[in-house]
Amino acid sequence: MQFLSIDTGLFLEKLTMVAVVVFALLGIALYTTFAERKVAGFMQDRYGPNRAGPFGLLQPLADGVKLFFKEELIPLASNRVLFILGPFVAMFTALITGAVVPWGSELEVFGRKVSLTIANPDIGILYVFAVVSLGVFGIMIGGWASNNKFSLLAAIRGASQIISYELAMGLSLIALLMVTGTMSLCDIVQQQMTGSWGGLLGWNIFVQPLGFLIFLTCVFAECNRTPFDLPEAESELNMGYHQEYSSLKLGFFLFAEYVNMIVSSAVVSTLFFGGYDIPFVDEASLAVQIGANLTAILGTLMLLAKIVFFLFLFMWIRWTIPRFRYDQLMQLGWKKLLPLALANMLITGAVILLMNR
Amino acid sequence: MVQPLTNRAKQVDAKPLSFLERLYIPSILRGMAITFRHMFQKKATVQYPEEKRPFSPVFRGLHVLNRDEEGRERCTACGLCAVACPAEAITMEAAERQKGEEHLYREEKYAAKYEINMLRCIFCGLCEEACPKDAIYLSETFAPANFTRKGFIYGKPDLLIPDPVGEPEAYAQAQGPNEGRQPSSARTS
Amino acid sequence: MNTSHLLFWFLTALSILSALMMVTSRNPVHSVLWLVLVFFSISGHYILLNAQFLAIVNMIVYAGAIMVLFLFVIMLMNTQSDAEPHHGNRMRLAGTLAGGSLLLVLVAALRESELRSLQVSAPEGNIGLVARLGSILFTDYVVPFELSSVLFLSAMVGAVMIGKRH
Repeated sequence: MQFLSIDTGLFLEKLTMVAVVVFALLGIALYTTFAERKVAGFMQDRYGPNRAGPFGLLQPLADGVKLFFKEELIPLASNRVLFILGPFVAMFTALITGAVVPWGSELEVFGRKVSLTIANPDIGILYVFAVVSLGVFGIMIGGWASNNKFSLLAAIRGASQIISYELAMGLSLIALLMVTGTMSLCDIVQQQMTGSWGGLLGWNIFVQPLGFLIFLTCVFAECNRTPFDLPEAESELNMGYHQEYSSLKLGFFLFAEYVNMIVSSAVVSTLFFGGYDIPFVDEASLAVQIGANLTAILGTLMLLAKIVFFLFLFMWIRWTIPRFRYDQLMQLGWKKLLPLALANMLITGAVILLMNR
Repeated sequence: MVQPLTNRAKQVDAKPLSFLERLYIPSILRGMAITFRHMFQKKATVQYPEEKRPFSPVFRGLHVLNRDEEGRERCTACGLCAVACPAEAITMEAAERQKGEEHLYREEKYAAKYEINMLRCIFCGLCEEACPKDAIYLSETFAPANFTRKGFIYGKPDLLIPDPVGEPEAYAQAQGPNEGRQPSSARTS
Repeated sequence: MNTSHLLFWFLTALSILSALMMVTSRNPVHSVLWLVLVFFSISGHYILLNAQFLAIVNMIVYAGAIMVLFLFVIMLMNTQSDAEPHHGNRMRLAGTLAGGSLLLVLVAALRESELRSLQVSAPEGNIGLVARLGSILFTDYVVPFELSSVLFLSAMVGAVMIGKRH
């Protein structure tokens, strides 16, 4: 905690990492919107957007330009400051979660070891948890400041949904933490590196399958994705909390959802699927063969592949399962997932006790 | 009990769900398998400007004002089509054929102005049936999109078929592939 | 003056400013949001004291959960100023008296205590880290810890009972 003498190299290194992660997140989010429309199209026997550029690859740019040039409307009766603040809070909280995710192991650049994690506090998971719980402020502020009944209802729905599912999420995580014994995401990945089949059997999914299922369900709810997208239920609330938004502010809200999805996918892969661990390959011997840097890059690509898989899962589920009714949502959260997570925690504790005996 | 028309009818039962069904996860997986299968199925989309949907031979599309084999307009501006039109989409103005215009118009009277409002038209084909001179028929194309309402009011230049004597290729193209149904070739002279 | 001092003064100014704004702003939603900012700056102070766990839990519990519930309730209330009952001078007098006596107590307490001996040596203290805090909570302070959890449980049961009504 010595701030007096700032290590310029470290400072530059972290600054670059922050810039890279932020721009990568935004870039991937840009193309996730495109992928979502493509996947939706293919699952409904359509082609999806394919006119802008080859295979429609320029579609996200066209969408961005369209949003950028739309008229910027601020409702007369809205709370001006908070109305503008809402989308920025949503975007900011979505982006800062990426700070603790270990995006890779270590790169060696100009003779110094550069960790591919922006920050590795020993409370990594709790940080993710805190930021996720702050994410609801963007929705609430935006929804309330719009001075629109639909927006307000959507904001309240979003808030109660996120608070409810946070409990089950936290409890499923506690069971996982009992197994790992650490809250640092980097250490959790390191633990999963070891195991037979090149680390594959060391993944936490094999230790905590039920915990994973609960966690994944809660992640869907926290990201406001179908089947839990009640804050945006078109049939009841028109556009939900971004009803009154237009232009770039609307874009921020929509984008924040996709950034949230990416970061959540990264967290799920890190916690349960070994993060940047390459299955069937022993990283240490691979590093001897092809060099540490190449191994680290391969690991990062592996993490990206896992993220892409989970993004696909998000979309796949979205275009398969219809939306829950609100009381069903609350029932699932409080009466099913919460007791299930508690039971999972108890069983995990009992097994750990028995094994230590 | 009602006799089922097909053998696809499913018996509905209100049995309480079994434990496996209440878990909901197997049904989610089944649903996901269905959507995944659809990703590889044939797409229903017709990629319009490049690829055109085949129309049936009796399709009623955009109107065409016909000429006879010498290239003279068949329409005599009798107004029967306008009377027959249930949407009141057709208006016309008649004029008398002058000396020296015999190669342009077949009869002594012709339509100086002939307009169809494609926004009103319901493409019922009653004008085609009403015409005693086989002058109007419905082709196998549809009205393309336009930016203004005015653009949908088709005048004589838009409707007239090309001259079969002067521009035979354009005439053949305007007649379309399903030539057999067209009154011009089927019922001439 | 090093960076950690700089951060300390910045966070202190921020927390006092946002606390003042929270008390003085007329719109209750603004008050809640300023209070969230207060919690943030206090979390910053915790991090300066190397108490990361406390910082993050402060953020999860206070900023993330309790303030969201506050916001929830305030949004559902009609906060139009004309609908609010008018407070008479008597209410104001009572408020001033109560606040003044609280200030008196605080000042008196602070005058009595020896502040100089309480200087925290930031870099050395690691009681706020998860492992240390956990082991201390479950060894030295296990009885108060369990008692407080029983208290929370009874509060929860009470809330459920009130909520059920029938």
